[in-house]
Amino acid sequence: MTKLINRESLDQLRESLKDRAKLGEKKLISLCAGSGCGAYGTAKVYEKLKEELANHGLTDDIEVKLTGCHGFCEKGPIMVIHPEGIFYPQIKPDFVPEIVEKTLKNGELVKSLIYKDPATKKNITHEHEIPFYKLQQRVIFGSNGLIDPTSIEDYIGAGGYSALSKALFDMKPKAIIDEIKKSGLRGRGGGGFPTGIKWETCARHHGNRYVICNADEGDPGAYMDRSLLEGNPHSVVEGMIIGAIAIGSNEGYVYVRHEYPLAVTNLGKALESARSLGILGKNILGSGFDFDIHISRGGGAFVCGESTALMASLEGKPGRPRAKYVHTVAKGFRDSPSNLNNVETWANVPVIINKGADWYASIGTQHSKGTKIFSLVGKVVNTGLVEVPMGTTLRQIIFDIGGGIPKKKKFKAVQTGGPSGGCIPERFLDLPVDFDELTKVGSIMGSGGMIVMDQDTCMVDVARYFVDFLKDESCGQCNPCREGLKHMLDILTDICQGRGKEGDIEILEEIGAMMQKFALCGLGTSAPNPVLTNILYFRDEYEAHIRDKKCPAGVCKPLFHYEIDPEKCTGCTVCAKKCPKEAVSGEKKKPHAIDQNNCIKCGICYEGCKFDAIKIC
Amino acid sequence: METKTSIDWKRVDSIIEKYNRDKESLLMILQDISDMYNYVPPEVIPVLVKKLGVRESLIYSVATFYKTISLKPRGKYILSVCTGTACHVRGAEKIMDALHSELNIAEGETSEDRLFTLLGVRCIGCCASGPVMNVNHDTHGGLDRSSALKLIEEYRQQAS
Ligand SMILES: Cc1cc2nc3c(=O)[nH]c(=O)nc-3n(C[C@H](O)[C@H](O)[C@H](O)COP(=O)(O)O)c2cc1C
Ligand code: FES
Repeated sequence: MTKLINRESLDQLRESLKDRAKLGEKKLISLCAGSGCGAYGTAKVYEKLKEELANHGLTDDIEVKLTGCHGFCEKGPIMVIHPEGIFYPQIKPDFVPEIVEKTLKNGELVKSLIYKDPATKKNITHEHEIPFYKLQQRVIFGSNGLIDPTSIEDYIGAGGYSALSKALFDMKPKAIIDEIKKSGLRGRGGGGFPTGIKWETCARHHGNRYVICNADEGDPGAYMDRSLLEGNPHSVVEGMIIGAIAIGSNEGYVYVRHEYPLAVTNLGKALESARSLGILGKNILGSGFDFDIHISRGGGAFVCGESTALMASLEGKPGRPRAKYVHTVAKGFRDSPSNLNNVETWANVPVIINKGADWYASIGTQHSKGTKIFSLVGKVVNTGLVEVPMGTTLRQIIFDIGGGIPKKKKFKAVQTGGPSGGCIPERFLDLPVDFDELTKVGSIMGSGGMIVMDQDTCMVDVARYFVDFLKDESCGQCNPCREGLKHMLDILTDICQGRGKEGDIEILEEIGAMMQKFALCGLGTSAPNPVLTNILYFRDEYEAHIRDKKCPAGVCKPLFHYEIDPEKCTGCTVCAKKCPKEAVSGEKKKPHAIDQNNCIKCGICYEGCKFDAIKIC
Repeated sequence: METKTSIDWKRVDSIIEKYNRDKESLLMILQDISDMYNYVPPEVIPVLVKKLGVRESLIYSVATFYKTISLKPRGKYILSVCTGTACHVRGAEKIMDALHSELNIAEGETSEDRLFTLLGVRCIGCCASGPVMNVNHDTHGGLDRSSALKLIEEYRQQAS
């Protein structure tokens, strides 16, 4: 690639790539190669598709594009045929010959493969008509399904790096900071700190300033950062270069988990191609400004997402946090002023510079601007990544976009904010989701994980799960966190095993309050949140475990058993056949019964019964 | 069965050089070595001490702090069952249980034939496809007991 020596040469290149942005006359098949679809087998579909196209002599007429995540990961691998936008979900290699023969050669639909809306049972042909997509506003995530993440030409053709030109040649650093401040952008990594103010503070400190991207994504259940880095790495790179201009930095780092190999690869390719075009490195686009980005791979420690721990890890040390008497914007990585932002925060920056702060600030609520990507997972019909304006209600996200709870079960709670957040009960479903509203009900936005829980989820078990997670992840430096979590776990385990005592709830609250005050870092101070909100909203479940020795959800094994309701049982024998321990017996067409001595409470019969005849007692 | 790992010192050297003998890249160097052998053979530690100019204690402290690094030999296939929240509510425990009894090993252990190491990991970012499991770097989604066991069989055959 020849180096671009000025703004005009970038514009010319973009002009010559224009058709890439328009999904024009040429047919194009976009096949999702994100990690979610990959797990369902995109690679094999791709091979088969190439083979079939070659067999039909269509290789030159039809382009196949492996794109990043389309978001609707539940239905992977996803194939979209442009320009029509025909949407084929859950594609297997065996389906490919029919698609090529019918749709690509003859322009007919393969009826059996079309998406069926689970709510209305209607077939929906086009991607943009599917409720999951229709109700979203995909400002940040929109290009993911269209561009090949390994091609800088695709990104530039779609308007990429035009915000960089603007920031480099039309704006002074202060004007960039002012624009970001005015947009109201707040950090997407958890804390929600105003991004413009962070930049301004960092720019004021002297020394070798660093710009860092937090792609540690430790929050289990959240994967938007992974999908952005895999699917549109240049948007993050462009955001970081603009940040570097504003802050006055010549060196940047992306700290990304080793567990995200595809993100590491795609980001690496993006950096390389940006360098070879002169968009990264010395004298960017002939402006005289130097900036380069390095990748640092983390090693699977949740605490490394915390700013001071992350910077210790970047220095090649164990990722242990330190007390923040001095903030990292003053003294962080290599004891220099360091500005850390989350992946999604960085990806918002080019959009703001391009479309302006006023446009950006018109989306969202009073104090939370723009859109937010949520990962909607758990017990919900449509799982995947959802981008909506701040202020969209939980009900809209979970029921209108997410399609509600599978198997006609009842919604119980939604967990937001990961291990630092909390479980929000049904009565708050109409809550508009933004930073402040979530905090008001005792949870947090966190990085945008939304884990939906149904009636079969035990809230005490969920609290125990998070405390167990955090106990393993605590770095162990400070007493409140190390000891507090251990004791909380002991108490919660006892409650789940049927050894709970009166007074346990109060001790949990007391330990929680102590940790919130005295732990060293954000991990410890926020660790009690999942337990405390849980007690606040689901105290009756704790009491059922402690007083009645019952687990109403049927999760804590010592505290429940299964019984068959003779009124409802039709004697279909499905449960008897499926039981791995032969604990179910009965005659055909007559009510069956469970032998409690043999039952291991694996739940196979409960999940498999079509007549709702198996009860949790 | 315990066989001593024979180390390809040339490759180890080239890894260290790739990172310009940079101390700050210690973790990544350990990860790259680990990708070769599925663990970090302790024999490489003195070499790292010399070439990177760091203390042995730092290497041990980094190697034991981060979960992706193991100083003990692991199996040919590392089964990382996701126990992250999304997978947890979709029944990750059942996958774990099934693998437990099939392979007769507990979490963190390696099967006698040195084929499989069973690990519980926290979220690998495929949460919509849960429950998921990584086998080395390959991700398999939408698992249940029987499909998980079928996978094990496939890898067994691949190895033989
Ligand atoms: C225990 C802990 C874990 C964290 N994990 C992450 C993470 O995985 N990703 C992230 O972006 N921020 C994480 N954060 C927040 C960061 O410390 C930091 O606030 C953030 O990266 C700043 O970027 P932002 O202002 O763009 O959100 C974590 C914080 C704590 C206390
Ligand atoms: S929770 Fe299992 S992959 Fe995220």
